[in-house]
Amino acid sequence: MFFTYLRRELRRRRKAALVVASGLALGIALVIVVNSVSSGMKVAQGKVLESLYGLGTDLTVTKARDQLQEGARPQRPRFAFEGQEEGEEKQSSDRLMVQGFETLADSTVATVAKQQGVDRAVGGLSLVNLKIDGEFTRGRIQRGEQQPGQPGQPAQPGEATGGGPGGPGDTVTGGGAAFDVNSFTLYGTDVTAPDLGPLTTSTVSTGRTFETTETDAKVVVLDSAYARQEGLTVGGKLTVKGVSFEIIGIVTADSGQSAAQVYLPLKQAQTLSASTGKITTIYVKATDSTKIEAVKTAIQKNVTGTTVTTSADLAQTVSGSLDTAANLASTMGKWLSYAVLLAAVLVAGLLTSSAVGRRVREFGTLKALGWTSGRVTRQVVGEALVNGVVGGALGIAAGLAGAYAVTAVSPNLTAELGASVGGFGGRGGGGMVFGGAAVGPGGARTAVGKTIDIALTAPVGLATVGLAVLLALGGGLVAGGFGAWRASRLRPADALRRVE
Amino acid sequence: MYELIGVTKQYRRGRTRVDALAGVDLAIGQGDRLVIQGPTGGGKSTLLQMLGGLDRPTSGSVLLDGTDLAKLSERRLTAVRGQNIGFVFQSFNLIPTLTALENVETALVPLGVKTADRRDRAAEALDSVGLVERLGHLPSELSGGQQQRVAIARALVKRPKVLLADEPTGNLDESMRDEIVDLLEGLCEEHGLTFVMVTHDSAVARRAPRLATIRKGRITVKENRPVG
Ligand SMILES: Nc1ncnc2c1ncn2[C@@H]1O[C@H](COP(=O)(O)OP(=O)(O)OP(=O)(O)O)[C@@H](O)[C@H]1O
Ligand SMILES: [Mg+2]
Repeated sequence: MFFTYLRRELRRRRKAALVVASGLALGIALVIVVNSVSSGMKVAQGKVLESLYGLGTDLTVTKARDQLQEGARPQRPRFAFEGQEEGEEKQSSDRLMVQGFETLADSTVATVAKQQGVDRAVGGLSLVNLKIDGEFTRGRIQRGEQQPGQPGQPAQPGEATGGGPGGPGDTVTGGGAAFDVNSFTLYGTDVTAPDLGPLTTSTVSTGRTFETTETDAKVVVLDSAYARQEGLTVGGKLTVKGVSFEIIGIVTADSGQSAAQVYLPLKQAQTLSASTGKITTIYVKATDSTKIEAVKTAIQKNVTGTTVTTSADLAQTVSGSLDTAANLASTMGKWLSYAVLLAAVLVAGLLTSSAVGRRVREFGTLKALGWTSGRVTRQVVGEALVNGVVGGALGIAAGLAGAYAVTAVSPNLTAELGASVGGFGGRGGGGMVFGGAAVGPGGARTAVGKTIDIALTAPVGLATVGLAVLLALGGGLVAGGFGAWRASRLRPADALRRVE
Repeated sequence: MYELIGVTKQYRRGRTRVDALAGVDLAIGQGDRLVIQGPTGGGKSTLLQMLGGLDRPTSGSVLLDGTDLAKLSERRLTAVRGQNIGFVFQSFNLIPTLTALENVETALVPLGVKTADRRDRAAEALDSVGLVERLGHLPSELSGGQQQRVAIARALVKRPKVLLADEPTGNLDESMRDEIVDLLEGLCEEHGLTFVMVTHDSAVARRAPRLATIRKGRITVKENRPVG
């Protein structure tokens, strides 16, 4: 009888049931969309961080920066065209600098690896190659304020502005000069550890990556964007500081943002930049990704003179529309969707309760016939639960449709990294040490914002659907509770009530 | 069968107090037929509620076969209603979404009758009120008289001891009234039921062997020698 009665009620009062169900559906759909969008945001943030760290890297270790003395000037590159007389000369200079000028001894890698909670650690050396060709009348570059610039921009004669990346504010004073500045970034990678470090987020598109035996081979792997820009192909040659390297492969960064333009074996990088036994960054994988903070503390305590940066630290330097949207989704959106759901549940409850009110005589009659309060209540709750299930199904369908629509449209969000930290000579510019590509001659000391475009997706997890099902059932039960409360208070004598 | 001793019922509505029943003493024997009359608001329906265990008196006892309904727990009272008492209401009170057959079945649900058995008994009851070909119809697809027949089948299907009817013909037009009253009286006689009916129909009242009149909560009973 329970099911017959239930079926009949729902079929013959379809419209009322649909009103209740669609209210719940709206709330549930919103919860699904907001939840999936915010997990899409997390995926996007994860991609941004991955593009900097490489897969599997939980933290990085760099040299702690010394506090600058009052009035002291940070180290800067100088281009000394030695042995050249004053006067117009065609000159060329090729400088290979360590990014950020700060290095660690590569023995630190082993020390870090020994720390508790560290699974593996691998070192790398980030370099910038700056090549200047031009005619000078005894020119000298005056470093200006930091600004990211376009590489390879021809400078104006006379007071030349622009030039190297990271230095459009740079000025050349002291006579006429016409020159080209070309720079590219290099990363000396530990070829024996191919599964850790920045190269892990790039996929080989042509050729191959390093063999683990090529520790000191004169081979390079190029980032596809750089290769395209320079017209370089696999099998060709790349000359760095007069040394010729064979191009063995071209890789594409998964996030569209590469850590460096040229990758070469660590030893070669050290030799070329005259920094034997030095590295800039140690990439660390923790044994347990939930204990990263403890590992950070251990390294900072036991390996002096280092700065340890976790992805959580780095995430704080991320700004831009991705960050704004993520914050919005996780705060406003969640509140809004739960508020709508709560309202829907309340409305469903009131509608259920008023439906019981309209059926006072019906339920009174059943009680007069000997139906227990429990049986009548169960009937009411059963109806509300079915409404909840129908609402849940509709809501899940609408929510999935909404999430797929977001994924189909894939609105672009930008993430700006490190833009808010690391002013000129400032401390705490950890973000930029990994900043890579766009870091100019000013090195890590300049606050270079790195912008990454990420397409937003809205993946719907099973957990979200599970949550929706629970919410639907819960909503149905709460709504049923309202009705049940009212139904249980009906007296059998209400069967004799005259007015409907 | 029934013995009512000093039954009072007061309804409170805000500050005003209504004495719906002001001390009713009444005995009804097994298989008796009692017709209750009286002006509107006199307390007829209230008395029927006391007899049917739909409500409890404010004071006094309502003994049904020696059990005081006034002292039973809600659970026991519900069970008494489910087993022993059949109701027929003025406005039929059928469940609008259930078919005639299902409406009759609802009376067997509290007794825990198995589905197939329940269906057979309900169909049989509908047959006894002459509605065997209307089993699958909804109340809205039946005439008033037919709806009341379904309600009578529902009241009798569980084979109660008592049938209580509150103005069963009140919502029916003239032509249908006698039919329904005849049906009720016939079935009660056939099953040996105790039958209490509230009615405004003086023709019916005149026919009744016992006639009670309730005015302002007080009852007077008159033994009738049916005319003709
Ligand atoms: N639930 C209630 N709450 C308050 N007062 C009530 C309630 N039920 C009945 N009454 C009052 O009790 C008195 C008796 O009512 P009852 O329904 O028994 O009269 P009745 O004789 O059946 O009248 P009618 O012929 O109109 O059906 C009336 O004054 C009525 O207003
Ligand atoms: Mg009445």
